[in-house]
Amino acid sequence: MRPLPLLLASLMLATPAAAQAPLAAQGCVGCHGPNGAGMGSVPGLAGRDRAEMIAQMNAFRANERPATIMGRIARGYTEAEIIASAEYFARQPR
Amino acid sequence: MTQTLLPRRALLAAAPLVAAPSVLKAQTQARLLVIGGGFGGATAANFARRTYPWLDVTLVEPKRSFVTCPYGNLVLAGTRQIGQITHSYDGLRARGVRVIHDWATGIDAAQRRVRLANGETLTYDRLILSPGIALRWGAIEGYDEAASETMPHAWVPGDGAQTLLLRRQLEEMPDGGVVGLAIPANPFRCPPGPYERISMIASYLKRHKPRSKILALDAKEAFSKQGLFQDAWAQLYPGMIEWVPGNRDGKVTKVDARERVLETEFGTQHKVAVANVIPPQSAARIAADAGLTDASGWVPVNPRTFESRVAPGIHVVGDANIPGPMPKSGYVANSTAKQAVASAAALLRGETPPEAVYFNTCYSHVGDEYGISIVGVFRPNAEGTAIAEVQGSGGVSPRGNHPEQRRLEALYADAWYESITKDMFA
Repeated sequence: MRPLPLLLASLMLATPAAAQAPLAAQGCVGCHGPNGAGMGSVPGLAGRDRAEMIAQMNAFRANERPATIMGRIARGYTEAEIIASAEYFARQPR
Repeated sequence: MTQTLLPRRALLAAAPLVAAPSVLKAQTQARLLVIGGGFGGATAANFARRTYPWLDVTLVEPKRSFVTCPYGNLVLAGTRQIGQITHSYDGLRARGVRVIHDWATGIDAAQRRVRLANGETLTYDRLILSPGIALRWGAIEGYDEAASETMPHAWVPGDGAQTLLLRRQLEEMPDGGVVGLAIPANPFRCPPGPYERISMIASYLKRHKPRSKILALDAKEAFSKQGLFQDAWAQLYPGMIEWVPGNRDGKVTKVDARERVLETEFGTQHKVAVANVIPPQSAARIAADAGLTDASGWVPVNPRTFESRVAPGIHVVGDANIPGPMPKSGYVANSTAKQAVASAAALLRGETPPEAVYFNTCYSHVGDEYGISIVGVFRPNAEGTAIAEVQGSGGVSPRGNHPEQRRLEALYADAWYESITKDMFA
């Protein structure tokens, strides 16, 4: 069914896997908008500083930061997932 | 990970990722077929096109547009219009998804073929099946499809007619009437949904028909976010809502649609002005017909890949499956659909499916500027045999006097709706 032209397909396959959102970051976009662009009252993550996001997530996890729901969510993430997600969102255009 | 692959696929699965011409050809032709265009299926089709452009994606969905279950209760409250919760498939088409508006009538798992009502047959390399639920007509005596025209379920929105019918009945009801709800035992679609519905109907009645009452007849003794809901009911709608649990004869076993009577297990008859009957449910019929369901009526799946336990190549997402401790919610459908697509893509390339993590965030509106939530993060256990909630994470909003939290959660709920429907349809 509709095979892609070979050249186009090669280009697509050449896209590094790192460009894709890690699945842990996919958990964020249900509220923070596509690519973490933000949505209404929920702040954007795209283009934010990587270290700031990691610090905030760790503060949520440790109950050091006032939270409506992020404390409950952050405690479900591993450190590696927090870092990978922060790196992904830091690279997204604002 | 299953290995009962057909010869061509076995070759594909064994091939390394380097773009050798034969593999490239196979990959550009890998066909992902998605059945069902709701929270699971629309997410799967959209995510597949965005993330794995080498996948050829076809979506089979009979309806031309999708009315969400979430926010249907706000239509009942009169604060949303049905058009605001209706979504087009044009965005998926623009992403390169071939959208076929027809019924899938049968699955041949061995031949990896799906038959459509129009006679066409589609073949696939991997199938994402997200067919939703079937209402078990007759599980409550007298409650069949015809009865739902007088006693709406409004639980499978279809074209929105059921939700609009219930809304119209509420509008036509005289002040002082009783709105009766029949609520099923677990498991069912959207565990907090009936209680958000009670709240939204109460908010409408409080404004327009303040002498009216709500009688909620429940087959269960406990429900999702119960303390938070009951606190809010006492605060916002004092004296309006009576919730009757199963152990107090709350289980509706029989209805008389003409007389608008709900009858419970021990023979108590409740005559109401408006009846909303949410019947017991099972996986949609196509899943049962394909032999994917077990004795419970739902589909057992692999906790890592959401692949059917009995039919290799078919990943079953959304409310039709058995999701372990996770609720049958839109967020879980969205989250598991992505993992299922990522697993399908990996298996098509001969790779190991990614580590799984699943998310659930369910907001409920209980009044004006008053929202509450339940959150969960889940992972397969180390053996990959079951799904468990991550210890120390998740849970419900705090009880007590937290007005800012309630206002923010109502706002965040609206943001959630916009975000997740864009993730599905844009």
